[in-house]
Amino acid sequence: MNGPHDVGGMMGFGPIDPEPDEPYFHATWEQRVLGMTLCAGALGHWNLDESRHARENRHPADYYQSSYYEIWQKGLERLLVRHGVVTDDELAAGRSLTPGPESKRILTADRVPITLRRGGPVERPATTQARFAPGDRVATKVLNPHTHTRLPRYARGKVGVVERVHGCHVFPDSNAHGHGENPQWLYNVCFDGRELWGADAEAGLSVSIDAWEPYLDPV
Amino acid sequence: MGHDHDDHGHQDHHDDQPHDHHHGHDHHDGEPDNHLTPIEARVRALETILTDKGLIDPAAIDAIVDTYQNEVGPRNGAAVVARSWVDPDYAAWLASDATAAIESMGFAGRQGEHMQAVFNTAEVHNLVVCTLCSCYPWSVLGLPPVWYKSPPYRSRAVIEPRAVLSEFGLTLPESTAVRVWDSTAELRYLVIPMRPDGTDGWSEDDAMIGTALATAPGTAGAESMVDAS
Repeated sequence: MNGPHDVGGMMGFGPIDPEPDEPYFHATWEQRVLGMTLCAGALGHWNLDESRHARENRHPADYYQSSYYEIWQKGLERLLVRHGVVTDDELAAGRSLTPGPESKRILTADRVPITLRRGGPVERPATTQARFAPGDRVATKVLNPHTHTRLPRYARGKVGVVERVHGCHVFPDSNAHGHGENPQWLYNVCFDGRELWGADAEAGLSVSIDAWEPYLDPV
Repeated sequence: MGHDHDDHGHQDHHDDQPHDHHHGHDHHDGEPDNHLTPIEARVRALETILTDKGLIDPAAIDAIVDTYQNEVGPRNGAAVVARSWVDPDYAAWLASDATAAIESMGFAGRQGEHMQAVFNTAEVHNLVVCTLCSCYPWSVLGLPPVWYKSPPYRSRAVIEPRAVLSEFGLTLPESTAVRVWDSTAELRYLVIPMRPDGTDGWSEDDAMIGTALATAPGTAGAESMVDAS
């Protein structure tokens, strides 16, 4: 979707403003949101891509006014309600009103180290030949789906060069919506700055994205 | 966005509003704690609901937070960089299979499952961004700083990276090309800065101390902080 999260090339957000000696968290509640999001994800009701989409699919005014972990909190609430784990009434009441669904996948403290260490690899065995090879010129498609995609707006309809073949990876556009992992070949595709931004692009600029095969056409 | 009011925690709240703070502890037992900000109350409510349902273990949250507060951080990435500077074979492995090369040093897992190392040279300076969200190589750099996750950096890094770098104190010569890596998939990029001049003969430990110092923002080392993102 053409959501508020897709900010590459937008203007007006101001300076970067890094904070000296920045702590990992600015408040205890941020810690709890991070931990809850990982623990709730471990229950297995949704995947990483659906979780991302839940955070991104927000009214732009709300998205830009929310801090990072506020967006995580709102995304998590939405996922929990969608999957019947928590009800809107419970969120309003601030307490549990009904028993939760049975779950055998509760992340306990003793399992945290192995779970974080294992992570969630997304490369899958290839069942097709890669359509493109390093050095191939490719064009990104012009797509404007109402659903989840990882092809940024600034890189749609542009010609670039394949630099690397990353293997077959879970396809977020399918996986975010319960349509399965549908693994696709993933490529690093590099664009000249002028292809993306025109004649006034910064000198010597190139920008790459990682693009799944369904985003690409041969040139 | 990183400095808006709601990003600040208890400490700032206490410092700014000592009367509210004291009042918050004067309430009668059993009354709700009206000292909480709206987002604090909202987060606490959700944790209460999930804990009551038996679906989350608050101790697991503590363990996750402890991991990213105390164990996983940029010292991991600094160790990788230092070894690549002193060991050409390791640097070559890093270039061809960064995931395995990094895992061999004990760094692996969440948000580091698929790694690629990119090397700065005199000809090309690398910059990593996630325009769509906040993808960052947690396993080697820890949780990302607020500026990395915020719209100013995410929007500008792909269209005016030289201007962005100059705000970090790094002005590149025109002859140095800039390569921006937008992390749109699950590949996580680690920039390997050029080995600083005058460090020939330094050991891996010497070099690592140098890279760790260079991660402090707002200092002469700011260049390396951006490099390492």
